[in-house]
Amino acid sequence: MSGASSWSFREEDATRIGALLNGLLREANARTALLVDRTGQMLATAGEEPRFDPVAFASLTAADFSANDQLARMLGENEFGALFHQGEKDSLYLADVARRVILVVLFDNRTTLGLVKLRVRSVVEALSALFTAMFAREAGGERGAHVEAGFVDEAEDEIDKLFGT
Amino acid sequence: MSLINYASREVNCKLVYYGPGLGGKTTNLEYIYEKVAPASKGKMISLATETERTLFFDFLPVDLGTIRGFKTRFHLYTVPGQVYYNASRKLILKGVDGVVFVGDSQLERMEANLESMQNLYDNMAQHGLDLTRLPFVIQYNKRDLPNAAPLSELQEALNPGWPVEDPARQRPVPDPSRSGEMLVQEVDGAWVERVPHFEAVALRGDGVFDTLRAISKLVLKTLG
Repeated sequence: MSGASSWSFREEDATRIGALLNGLLREANARTALLVDRTGQMLATAGEEPRFDPVAFASLTAADFSANDQLARMLGENEFGALFHQGEKDSLYLADVARRVILVVLFDNRTTLGLVKLRVRSVVEALSALFTAMFAREAGGERGAHVEAGFVDEAEDEIDKLFGT
Repeated sequence: MSLINYASREVNCKLVYYGPGLGGKTTNLEYIYEKVAPASKGKMISLATETERTLFFDFLPVDLGTIRGFKTRFHLYTVPGQVYYNASRKLILKGVDGVVFVGDSQLERMEANLESMQNLYDNMAQHGLDLTRLPFVIQYNKRDLPNAAPLSELQEALNPGWPVEDPARQRPVPDPSRSGEMLVQEVDGAWVERVPHFEAVALRGDGVFDTLRAISKLVLKTLG
């Protein structure tokens, strides 16, 4: 067992992910694609700027996916690899990526669920390979991700200011 | 698990408030939400029942501002305290960076406190996490109530200390928030470590920010 670790998301990771997500949006004719870490943190967005609070959205997405994972296990399934939430105008399609990340696609009636599902499948494969390599890189390092010297001292000062001394 | 996002220049850390039902976890978050400057806080989300008991979690993002070019944010979560919501509790602990155990000081809640603490250890272990190696603080809430147990009894029950095996760590460490008290010390020939503890009356905010400040600093140290 271990203590908490940290991981990092680099500029080059973001560039490659951005290209994959933008390709997906074009091919599926969807509006927005979001990548959310399973712990509830937003990693990347592409397409139309979301009109909702992305921080809250990420936390609820992770909770949604985790709760459904448990439901799947109750049925004897390992997981539900994808979820679909249908709205009157806007709908969401969520898919697991390498068991660590969730791909969320927001789309409306300019496209169909079938097309979104089809295009998501190939992008999930590419994203899975990318994230698996990224996690292997982190695991291979002697330490987890770290911030530059001076960050902690400065952050402590901010904590004292914000939360009182 | 803290996430350092070099692409969007963000650092995000996840803090979880754990403890028995009706102990004051949500009250802690509500007080923080009320007092933190509007620019520093996001939307507070509560997935609660009609009677305002936490069903899944409460969530409050708090921005520390931009530090060395990185937007730094704490994600504060509570878990549902009632025993039968364990599946939800376990989910919220995924990727946790720091834990606050909110204990209920009332004598008659001692058993519920112990049960919840044991449950916390078990659930952390199921995520492969060792609570003794993670930023962890205890808050004893409801100190104003006439039936509150003495602090020494609560400490003995919930924060008795775990053995320090590593010889390099077998040295006295004072408690930064309590003068004259120790976090690591030798007791009857054996080295033990306790976690920082705080007395609180969360309803009126006493001890709420002391607790948050302590856990935030402990989590940030793990990034350095």
